[in-house]
Amino acid sequence: MKKSLLLIASVGLTLVAGQAVAVERAQMLADNCMSCHAGGANNATIPNLSQYPASAIVSQMRAFKDGSRPATVMGRHAKGYSDEDIVALAKYIGIQGQ
Amino acid sequence: MSMNRRQFVQVAGSVALLPLVGAGLSGCSSAVRSGPARVAVIGGGFGGATVATYLKKYDPKLEVTLIEPKTSYMTCPGSNWYLAGLRDAKSITHNYEGLKKRGINVVHDTVSAVDSDAKTIKLAGGKSLSYDKVVVSPGIDFKWGAVEGIVEANADKCPHAWQAGAQTELLKKQIEGMKQGGTFVMVAPPNPFRCPPGPYERVGMVAEYFKKNNPKAKILILDAKDAFSKQGLFLAAWQEVYGDMIEWVAGKDGGKVTKVDAATMTVHSGYGNIKADVINAIPAQKAAPIAFTMGLTNESGFCPVNMLTFESTVKKDVYVIGDASIAGAMPKSGHSASSQGKICAAAIVNNLSGRAMEPAQHVNTCYSLVASNYGISVAGVYSLQEGKIAEIKGSGGVSPKDAKAEVRQMEASYALGWYASITKDIWGTGA
Repeated sequence: MKKSLLLIASVGLTLVAGQAVAVERAQMLADNCMSCHAGGANNATIPNLSQYPASAIVSQMRAFKDGSRPATVMGRHAKGYSDEDIVALAKYIGIQGQ
Repeated sequence: MSMNRRQFVQVAGSVALLPLVGAGLSGCSSAVRSGPARVAVIGGGFGGATVATYLKKYDPKLEVTLIEPKTSYMTCPGSNWYLAGLRDAKSITHNYEGLKKRGINVVHDTVSAVDSDAKTIKLAGGKSLSYDKVVVSPGIDFKWGAVEGIVEANADKCPHAWQAGAQTELLKKQIEGMKQGGTFVMVAPPNPFRCPPGPYERVGMVAEYFKKNNPKAKILILDAKDAFSKQGLFLAAWQEVYGDMIEWVAGKDGGKVTKVDAATMTVHSGYGNIKADVINAIPAQKAAPIAFTMGLTNESGFCPVNMLTFESTVKKDVYVIGDASIAGAMPKSGHSASSQGKICAAAIVNNLSGRAMEPAQHVNTCYSLVASNYGISVAGVYSLQEGKIAEIKGSGGVSPKDAKAEVRQMEASYALGWYASITKDIWGTGA
């Protein structure tokens, strides 16, 4: 009985590990954006990305990165992200499907 | 991701088994104890409140306890704006109700001892708690006595105001009470220290106040360093906005202070013995005391960490973030601490669930107000390069020189937007 319980236990643990919570790189990149882009009271100047279309996050980050959209600080940030990372992070913030 | 019927049955079965597994094995291995993993966070500032928030976000089942003595927390960012009268104290002070709503167990007490082998924390109030992982985000302490006369006993006479709160109130009263045409002397600290542009933002904010209320006042910065953050932008902006009110003396030009005589209000330096009306003496810095008592520091006075996860290189299952940590190229700032808190939360959640930690990136943005309508910034994006946090080539940097007034005005409004957002993200109470 004890042996079979341990066997079940180890099978159970393996399954739990398979379903365990994991935080991906793209989510970490996305969550960094929320330092400035979470909105907040009296924040009329910086867009709240949770209310921003995901596709626009991608297009605007590209435009900041290549300089086609002038910016104060976003050009300096956008140049730190690969094109793949920009697409991946936008899956975690912004309104998906827009 | 879709799940077929068979997978669903397996998952459901494993969940149902979990309490039994925990109960059956808890006597054999502490790693498989029943109940959720327990993470303790020491310090409720930018780093600690962030890591607690994101631990719960990434894994709501975690039992997260945040230990912070203060029930309300005045932030250092924004405290210079408060000195100038641009903000009130309430708008830069946050409570912990937002964290409690996020399911974090907030304990207002002081840590008296941590046993990192037994994984227990003793609190000054008498209680103790056990943890599986502990995050230490305690901020800074001062190297009192590194300069003669810059000692804790003189901190009320010559306030540092480098930990916001009572010290900030004290300095504000001194600025407001300074005689007409008096001299404000700042003793600026050597590297490394909390908030590299902070002293230089402060003098601009003090000048903003003086310009309106004490126009003949003088501001002298005696600096231990030969260079400082956003130096070109600050020096040009001071001249442009305040004329000759502000004078900065580099260490090599006599700026190194050798003695502060609080009794006679005299600052001794290679530049001369300066009679001051207000002395803002910002001491050299090191990690907060708990980092030393836990044995987490090295010869630098700060804490070496694995820069992928922020786990201490000295103690297992202990993580150090924020100003107390050695985080490569990242400056010691509230934004850096928060960025580190998010990555550290991810590293802990991934570790507890047996997943590998992917290298991510860090972000920092430091806005400084030179005047209420004049903002400048330095930004950085960082990745792990050969095991160290380093700037990503081609990214980051400071605001342009010779920008138009509209650009400075925009950055001033972004500074306020940054504050509103980051404090909402961290404490849930952005103002």
